[in-house]
Amino acid sequence: MSGLIITALVFLVFIVIYQIAKASEYATVLRGEEKVKAQTNRLMAWLMVAFFILGLYGIYKCHIDLIDKMLPVSASNHGVKYDEMLKVTLILTGIVFFITQTLLFWFVFRYQSTEKRTSFFFPHNNKLELLWTVVPALALVALVVVGLRNWFTFTSDAPKGAQIVEVVGKQFNWIVRYPGPDGILGKTDYTKTDDATNVLGIDWSDPASKDDIVVQNGELHIVKNKDVQLVIRSRDVIHDVGLPHFRLKMDAVPGIVTTMWFRPLYTTKEMQNMTHDPEFVYEISCDQMCGKGHYSMRGTVIVETPEEHAEWLAKQQPYYASAQAPAAGSEAPATTTPVDSTKSNTADTAAKSTAALAAADIKK
Amino acid sequence: MSNEATIGQAHAAHLHEDHGHGSHGHEHHEQHFITKYIFSQDHKMIAKQYLISGIIWAIIGALFSVFFRLQLGFPEKTFPVLEQFLGHWAKGGKLTPEFYYALVTMHGTILVFFVLTAGLSGTFSNLLIPLQIGARDMASPFMNMLSYWFFFLSSIIMFVSLFVQTGPAAGGWTTYPPLSALKEASLGSGIGMDLWLASMVLFVVSQLLAGLNYISTILNMRTKGMKMTRMPLTIWSLFFTAVLGVLSFPVLVSGFVLLIFDRHLGTSFYLSEIFIGGKALSHIGGSAILYQHLFWFLGHPEVYIVMLPGMGMASEILSTNSRKPIFGYLAMVISLIGITSLAFVVWAHHMFVTGMSPFLGGIFVLLTLLIAIPSAIKVFNWLTTIWRGNLRFTVPMMFALGFVSLFISGGLTGIFLGNSALDIHLHDTYFVIAHFHLVMGVSAFFGMFAGIYHWFPKMFGRFMNNTLGYIHFFVTLAGAYLIFWPMHYEGFAGMPRRYYDYSAWKSFAQFNDLNAFISIVVIVVFFTQLLFVFNFFISIFKGRKVTSQNPWKATTLEWTTPINPGHGNWEGDIPEVHRWPYDYKDDGNGNDFIPQVTPLKPGEEAH
Repeated sequence: MSGLIITALVFLVFIVIYQIAKASEYATVLRGEEKVKAQTNRLMAWLMVAFFILGLYGIYKCHIDLIDKMLPVSASNHGVKYDEMLKVTLILTGIVFFITQTLLFWFVFRYQSTEKRTSFFFPHNNKLELLWTVVPALALVALVVVGLRNWFTFTSDAPKGAQIVEVVGKQFNWIVRYPGPDGILGKTDYTKTDDATNVLGIDWSDPASKDDIVVQNGELHIVKNKDVQLVIRSRDVIHDVGLPHFRLKMDAVPGIVTTMWFRPLYTTKEMQNMTHDPEFVYEISCDQMCGKGHYSMRGTVIVETPEEHAEWLAKQQPYYASAQAPAAGSEAPATTTPVDSTKSNTADTAAKSTAALAAADIKK
Repeated sequence: MSNEATIGQAHAAHLHEDHGHGSHGHEHHEQHFITKYIFSQDHKMIAKQYLISGIIWAIIGALFSVFFRLQLGFPEKTFPVLEQFLGHWAKGGKLTPEFYYALVTMHGTILVFFVLTAGLSGTFSNLLIPLQIGARDMASPFMNMLSYWFFFLSSIIMFVSLFVQTGPAAGGWTTYPPLSALKEASLGSGIGMDLWLASMVLFVVSQLLAGLNYISTILNMRTKGMKMTRMPLTIWSLFFTAVLGVLSFPVLVSGFVLLIFDRHLGTSFYLSEIFIGGKALSHIGGSAILYQHLFWFLGHPEVYIVMLPGMGMASEILSTNSRKPIFGYLAMVISLIGITSLAFVVWAHHMFVTGMSPFLGGIFVLLTLLIAIPSAIKVFNWLTTIWRGNLRFTVPMMFALGFVSLFISGGLTGIFLGNSALDIHLHDTYFVIAHFHLVMGVSAFFGMFAGIYHWFPKMFGRFMNNTLGYIHFFVTLAGAYLIFWPMHYEGFAGMPRRYYDYSAWKSFAQFNDLNAFISIVVIVVFFTQLLFVFNFFISIFKGRKVTSQNPWKATTLEWTTPINPGHGNWEGDIPEVHRWPYDYKDDGNGNDFIPQVTPLKPGEEAH
């Protein structure tokens, strides 16, 4: 009902506006069409100038209002380069923006039709056209050079000794896995996935899997100034590990393993001090539409000092012990060492982890 | 269809053969209502059908954006009126997340395909190609009619999908699998997704029928003297639009067919190692990324399918209303060729963060940024066109100027996104939303509005109301900037797109006030668009009548037809063309333009 009323109301208002507009057109005819046309033309030229000036003010106001809400200094080594490049691109495109928009609105005002004016027949000019082919081309070359240099750095192989952490997306949260003391992520087989006992489908027949640590509260703990390589997978649909504070992002694609690496520069605490915000937290956002809970797929990154990290890690229990062993039977869960019956059938304990496989894949 | 471009002797026979009565006006042999208005083969009527269908879709698509902007702007409030419109999808006046995503998806699908492809190039290709090249109709008027009716059928299916129990498709307008492939992944991936796919396949059929027709008409049916180099830039741009569509839409269909197989026949083209709904699926070995390649192979050319008609019409309208030739006609054509060819080799810049090979990514960066060069040439040429002109600020001229302004603003941010290193952070944030809405959303719409206001007199023999036109222009221009300019900042802050609610996020909740502001502007702009629609429909019946054949004093052929041309367009012979379309100069009789049909004066040099 109220929908109908609103529709009727809108329609009525339109009719009124239309009648007024129509009346003004009749008035035009009465007052002499040519004269009114000239007046309208002048009015429009002025309105465009007014729009331009108000627009410039709006740009300024928008900038002043929002600049405080921008991201703090980049928290990763890549991000530092990113911010520099962004600044260069902003300045360059900003200059082009102001020149072209100013010319547009200036010409609109300057060359508005008058009785005396005749247009200048100017169909082409090769020199001018060459000029604005070559200048943008040169500017773009500069941007491409900077861009590609950064791109190849950002997507390069992780440095040796980088900490390896697996991040797995599922509808609608993040699961993080650490390789444990052996530094190797155990193999996975998606058919072994089970929401109660094996959220990542870890293949327990791989000895490297027994000490793996799985974190299900969406926290990603990493160490300041230590390179970290994220090994990214998805359990169901495409997700995306978005790390705005680190200026990084990588899709999580089911059936494919992707990676990205970076070096965190500031601990969460340091960032809290720098931003004067005791509640500051690095967030992981899902940046690829993944279903109805997409907007709630939030994780956090906790950057710590090596000591804090070691302390935190020590408190974590291997996933095998906490989830698998109790389900398996009566063995005492806490003391199970991750080597038992499965040892014999996995002779290839060189156990290329999923990560190593993935890295090889990606390189190829 | 024979080539009617060789007029003269063909003319009489032609009238007999296919149109019978068209050009003799309405006195004798009044056409039946159904053949005249519904199953019409007259390109002008088909153009109007496309336009009106496009307008209806645009209202629906825009209304959806108002709905989801209400949620984004005021996440904690409820709007009982929403329940009126959406029923169980907005219980108690609060949009459900499922339907929010359905609205977002349908908003994109409707506006990109049904409005800015069918509604835009469908309207103006149909209207302008025969009129501006001097043909009595399309190469195949029947195929042309079929193309509209396939579009109509596709529209019906899409419309029906809005009402199914599980809702329409909800995986984004790009419908990436596995989300779109698996019923378990999302409500919208049920029957709604099947209808979406069926509708889109029919839509592509319609586009191919239309595109082939446009291309053959332009190549074969130009009137005597209408060399390719004498075609108005509108025709050039519509030509390349059609070429883009014909070459890339089939790839999209192949992607869709494989998706249908994955959904219903148990194949694994896009699916691999998926655990969903508590069980592991048997699909192995597919690649979800393959779909993205197939999709964006159309998806990227698609943005030029949307852009080019606007570019062509803006060129034409800027020149006409500056009383000055378009600057650098040849450069304009060459840059269109450049844009068209590059459009096919940049698709993967939508996929920089899918884990693609960095080397391949580098190549796509290079190719993508190359497109900026022809785009820059066009902008500078438009600026030079109005430089030292004698500018008449008609409503279409205002929209053409607005088009240039928006194209600059939206185009420049493409340089950020095309550069993969910057795209890593900006990808799928509001920066992207701001970029593509300005450049291929609003600016394409401005091209379309300019075209509608400019050729309305040709379509209906009446003018649209000017005062309403100016209001429409200023509110829409200001609104577009108010809505999308601040979104760049949200994007810099990393705010992801396609979120239903940001309040739980430390980094993004700070933009709540801004989002509310944007939503309010959206509502104002929406009602202003309705005002335009109102103006459009009432002017068909009540608008000021056109009294002269050439109301804008333009040079092109459509203004040599009668004020209300019948089927066949010209009453006598099709006029012969003697010069290029931009001779805006003194003709020696006090006029500041020389129509294309005027022979060169002795000693006058052809351009």
